[in-house]
Amino acid sequence: MALLSNAAALLGKEVRTEFRSRELLGTTIVFVLIVVVVFSFTFDPTTAESRRFGPGLLWMAFLFAASLMLQPCFLREQVNDTLSALRLAVQDPFAIFLAKIAANTLFLLLTELLMLPVFAALFNASFATQLPAILLTFFLGSVGISVVGTALAAISAQARMRELLLPLLLLPLLTPILVVSTEVTIRLMQPEPYVEWKGIGLMAGFDAVFLTVLWLFGEYLLEE
Amino acid sequence: MPAPPERSIGLQFDQVEKRYGAVYALRNLTLKVAAGECVAIAGRNGSGKTTLLRVAAKLVRAGRGTISYTGGASNCRPTIGFVAHATMVYDELTAEENLLFFAKLQNVENPTKRVAGLLGEVGLEDRKDSLVRTFSRGMRQRVAIARALLAQPSLLLFDEPGTGLDAESGAWLTGHIGKLRDSGCTIVMSLHGESETARLATRAIRLEAGSVIADTRHGAMFQAIFAGAVN
Repeated sequence: MALLSNAAALLGKEVRTEFRSRELLGTTIVFVLIVVVVFSFTFDPTTAESRRFGPGLLWMAFLFAASLMLQPCFLREQVNDTLSALRLAVQDPFAIFLAKIAANTLFLLLTELLMLPVFAALFNASFATQLPAILLTFFLGSVGISVVGTALAAISAQARMRELLLPLLLLPLLTPILVVSTEVTIRLMQPEPYVEWKGIGLMAGFDAVFLTVLWLFGEYLLEE
Repeated sequence: MPAPPERSIGLQFDQVEKRYGAVYALRNLTLKVAAGECVAIAGRNGSGKTTLLRVAAKLVRAGRGTISYTGGASNCRPTIGFVAHATMVYDELTAEENLLFFAKLQNVENPTKRVAGLLGEVGLEDRKDSLVRTFSRGMRQRVAIARALLAQPSLLLFDEPGTGLDAESGAWLTGHIGKLRDSGCTIVMSLHGESETARLATRAIRLEAGSVIADTRHGAMFQAIFAGAVN
């Protein structure tokens, strides 16, 4: 219970400070919109091409958003050494990760949901009939990106070349979930869309595995 | 007068070693601090003062040796209050929001009342709704001290708490640490040189290259320890 109440208090703080400063969401949303618009002008896709390439471009844009969003999540805690205060205050250090993952997932999902209608308009895509499945895919994909990204952000925040390290580590580790997320999204954009449950299961498995690893070893990532 | 801690604890370092690369921050350090003691640690820059405090708070893992807390309940983690150079509070939250947030994390009973009381103690009740980023260095340090005292810690660690404070804030800090000492808190504080705050100590220790080179409870020796005139 202490873990959940600590995580809830931390999540509340993350949301409050972000909506007060609007540092991450503002810049990420603008950046991702630019990426999607640039992609649409570069490819000028037909509906058939959108179905083939669209999901890949969409998840690439999400990856860019995540790499921009994840970097500061632990760097901000270093400004006033608030991470030390958190480590002294919480019962279980995993609460810090749980809250950061929840906050990153929330911010990423918000960016994705804002971007979805823009993408649909620019790429002649329609998600209306498969909205629940799309949301589930986005959610599982975002959780996967956030779990891995938050862990790597904690590692890179203490490294010398921190700005370079996170994207370098993030891309190879996220390849499996990005490939599966793209495949599942492709199926949902077909003329006769369907939910690829095997892919959904793989995404949930990826999330569960990395979350468990973080629960077991996360404490060591916070140490100086 | 600050509320007394539930139960003060002591601190014991046994042959503790901490290295950063090839440099020893702490070298074979053995030190025992009794419950209720007020210890001032002096030493030059890089002598290991900050590392000692961070290892004591278990924020940094020692490479070798053991750190133990004495006198507290063996089955629960001691509550440690830490005040460092950095304020360890959020600029984007108000003073009250910061304290309520940390009170929730530490499961403080009746947090609203406790926070209001502490804001009064540190003289910030009029500015409780202001964002910390609008505060002066002295006011930030007051918030930092209030944060460290939230859960009535059984051990207080101060890492050069007077850094950057003007004379008025420095005097307030000294007065407050004095009250905490009198209430029976175990206090370990690192200090640069002799000061009013240093005179509150009941024991002074000098560190050099990560080792204790002088340790005294005699007030007459304190000046030599802070001046570095000991071998």
